[in-house]
Amino acid sequence: MNTASVSLGASVSSQSRLMQLALAALLGIFVVGFVGFSHIDAVHNAAHDYRHSMAFPCH
Amino acid sequence: MNLFRNVVFIAAIAGLVAGVVLACMQAYATDPLILQAEVYEKASGGHHHDHAVTPVDTSAMSTASPVPVEVATHAEDEGWAPADGLERFAFNVLANIVSGIGFALILVAVSEFAGGIGNWRQGIFWGLAGFAVFTLAPGLGLPPKLPAMPDSDLFQRQIWWISTVAATAIGLGLLAFRKSLPLAILGVALIVAPHVVGAPQPASFETRIPEGLHHQFVVASTLTRLVFWLVLGAAVAVVRGRFTGAARSLRDSFA
Repeated sequence: MNTASVSLGASVSSQSRLMQLALAALLGIFVVGFVGFSHIDAVHNAAHDYRHSMAFPCH
Repeated sequence: MNLFRNVVFIAAIAGLVAGVVLACMQAYATDPLILQAEVYEKASGGHHHDHAVTPVDTSAMSTASPVPVEVATHAEDEGWAPADGLERFAFNVLANIVSGIGFALILVAVSEFAGGIGNWRQGIFWGLAGFAVFTLAPGLGLPPKLPAMPDSDLFQRQIWWISTVAATAIGLGLLAFRKSLPLAILGVALIVAPHVVGAPQPASFETRIPEGLHHQFVVASTLTRLVFWLVLGAAVAVVRGRFTGAARSLRDSFA
């Protein structure tokens, strides 16, 4: 099991591995989407300069 | 959910580091340009100048209420906003860190599918891929804009941005990880397609912002994000290396 220690959590089954990675990616997409794309005014204003600097579509 | 926990842990640390680095670069390179642009924005009388209040509206409102129209629409449009100065800067840092962790989650999760980022040099290349997907591709159609610059409908731009990022990511993935010519051609087609369709553009590009200022902002915004992605890729590699190293010495007990 030399390869096992090289990848993260290699002891889990490949299906569970796929699920967990997909879940992590979805969480990331949700976080980025909330900061960069939310139409809530307060969120937009709080992250206003950030959105401009990151060239997220903004107001 | 051990793998999920590990991914979140690595992404949190790497995203925090890269987010703080990005916030520092922005404070120096892009924020001053945004503040400069806001001087022009205030001179033209409001945030949402492209959805300017029609003369009919103004006359109707000024007869109906004693509140000055400008203030009323301003409050309605803007809602709460952090106060200028330290508060505004602090929220900017917070936004950088939170979305830095978000980008890191995506980067770590996707790279684990391909076997994981093994060392800092691989991290650099994964970072370059992130830069191409999240900065270069959408930036070709929708370049960074300063406040007070005209733009098309927000929702349509967001749709185009998200579609372009998705198509470019899939296209790059096909090019990098599928050893087949038809799939490589499909990958190139996916990367090109959003630009053939074209990003939604404003009806008029007329703005009070000097072209020099905008150009400076495009360069600063693009370069700060390049450094952000390189730092993020390398940071993921370093944290992940510590993690798998620790897991090895602890007989995989972390994983």
